[in-house]
Amino acid sequence: MKEKVNERVNWPITILLIIGLITVAFPLYMTIVIAFKQPSEMTNSISGILSLPKSWSLANFAEAMRVTDFWRSLFNSFLITVITVVISILIHSMIGYAVGRNKAKNKFYNFSYLYIVSGMFVPFAILMMPLVKQTAQMGIDNLVGVILCYVVFYMPMNVLLYSGYLVNIPVALEEAARVDGASTFRTYWSIIFPIMKPMHATVAVLTALGTWNDVMTPLVIMSGSGMNTLPLAQLTFQTQFGTNYNLAFASYLLALLPILIFYIICQKQILNGVVNGAVK
Amino acid sequence: MKKMNDRERTFLLMTIPILILFFLFNTLPLIKGAIYSFTNFKGYGTYNWVGFRNYIDLFQDGRVGRSYWFTFKLALLSTIVVNVISLILALGLNSKIKFKSALRGLYFIPNILGALVVGYIFNYFFTYILPAVIQMMGGEGTSMLASTKWAWVAIMIVCAWQSIAMNTIIYISGLQTVPEDVYEAGSIDGATGWAQFKHLTFPLILPFFSINMVLCMKNFLMVFDQIMALTKGGPAQSTESISYLIYNNGMSGGQFGFQSANAVVFFIMIVVISVAQMTFTSKREEQL
Repeated sequence: MKEKVNERVNWPITILLIIGLITVAFPLYMTIVIAFKQPSEMTNSISGILSLPKSWSLANFAEAMRVTDFWRSLFNSFLITVITVVISILIHSMIGYAVGRNKAKNKFYNFSYLYIVSGMFVPFAILMMPLVKQTAQMGIDNLVGVILCYVVFYMPMNVLLYSGYLVNIPVALEEAARVDGASTFRTYWSIIFPIMKPMHATVAVLTALGTWNDVMTPLVIMSGSGMNTLPLAQLTFQTQFGTNYNLAFASYLLALLPILIFYIICQKQILNGVVNGAVK
Repeated sequence: MKKMNDRERTFLLMTIPILILFFLFNTLPLIKGAIYSFTNFKGYGTYNWVGFRNYIDLFQDGRVGRSYWFTFKLALLSTIVVNVISLILALGLNSKIKFKSALRGLYFIPNILGALVVGYIFNYFFTYILPAVIQMMGGEGTSMLASTKWAWVAIMIVCAWQSIAMNTIIYISGLQTVPEDVYEAGSIDGATGWAQFKHLTFPLILPFFSINMVLCMKNFLMVFDQIMALTKGGPAQSTESISYLIYNNGMSGGQFGFQSANAVVFFIMIVVISVAQMTFTSKREEQL
């Protein structure tokens, strides 16, 4: 049986797909070799740029970390992403549950559902300028403001996902708990919230990928605070890199590394999350 | 009866504070933006009401017009290119190949990387590597990004590089929903190759096709990071996307009011396009 499966492997397509990987690998290869090189190794010919570096020195990375205040930006990015994801899971699942359970028979919840989900159509471009003014007036033109914005921006998608998932959870479960004397909130927290675990994973992946890589929100909201997120730092320090592309690429590689490591560790969860989110 | 009240109260307590938060950071700025669009606000200082002046100016402004033309051209062509390549790639990755899961995992990498950093990496590629390659082959070694004719193609390539990864994964999950016996039944009727794809596979994954179209179109219409990293709207304002123009002129160009009007028009367009796409695709799905 095993042999039979092997016989049917479509080698031409396998080989074509492996060759096609060059399109994915080349930009990454380019980033790595340039990041390790010294400016003197960057001759004008392509072979000079793309050959392997003479020595695998970490000097560029140390310098890039110093110039871009890497650890601080990494910490900010990490903080924003983790807090956004935790708040999103807690409150989006809660309103997703309240709205999802009642929207069929109650106009208020049906309206709330449509109101939030239609927020998906609102492009950031229209919110951007008023939000800058508003967060400054409220004194939250910093990490707090950015996190609150993200929690709101991802609400439409996440509420849609949670209330969609709720359809699969039988109401009988909740009724049984109620008969046992559990309050509505307790029922939600100890029964529904744990059951929605697969959806929490999807929401976490989608929200985390979006916030981690986003530049525009922190760019407009925190621009006055002197704080950076990891991608924003690449924009802020662009002028300081000047024509030292080796330094710039070391910094880019450092900015890409955390998410790449994360992807290698939880590849399966990420792929599942992305597919679930898009298909539902 | 009392228990029912407790239930209702809890649900309201779960909903209302979050609705208020949503209102504060989504609806309120939306309303404010709409109000600013009727003023000549520069972003600072005092301002006056100007009625529909901004909207009238908007439709006569060459720069705004060019940004719409550029954004729609980019969005439409990228959507087509991305979906064609993704579909082919997904068919490949879903066939009987070796290293299936490793290949799928690797092809997805572009999608997890930040668009800005990817943009900077490609910026170097288009500025230094590609011209050198073209020169070696005897062509003119100028950067695509410096040419008003070609800069948008470079942006499209970078957008596509990242989106293809995403769309491919969605198509693969679509292809996995097609049961094997459909192909077996089809091959008895002589449906193989292109006929099989056209009459069996494609109609069955149509819902996934519509998801991809909607996702792609929406993301590309809002393109920003790639522009920021690759061209900053240049050369000669030929690659200014709508989002970039609103950001650039609205935030620092003293056109807060005018660009608010632009944003309102942009918002209405996004709504119209999304609704049209969804009704169109749901109709097509019903027909099948």
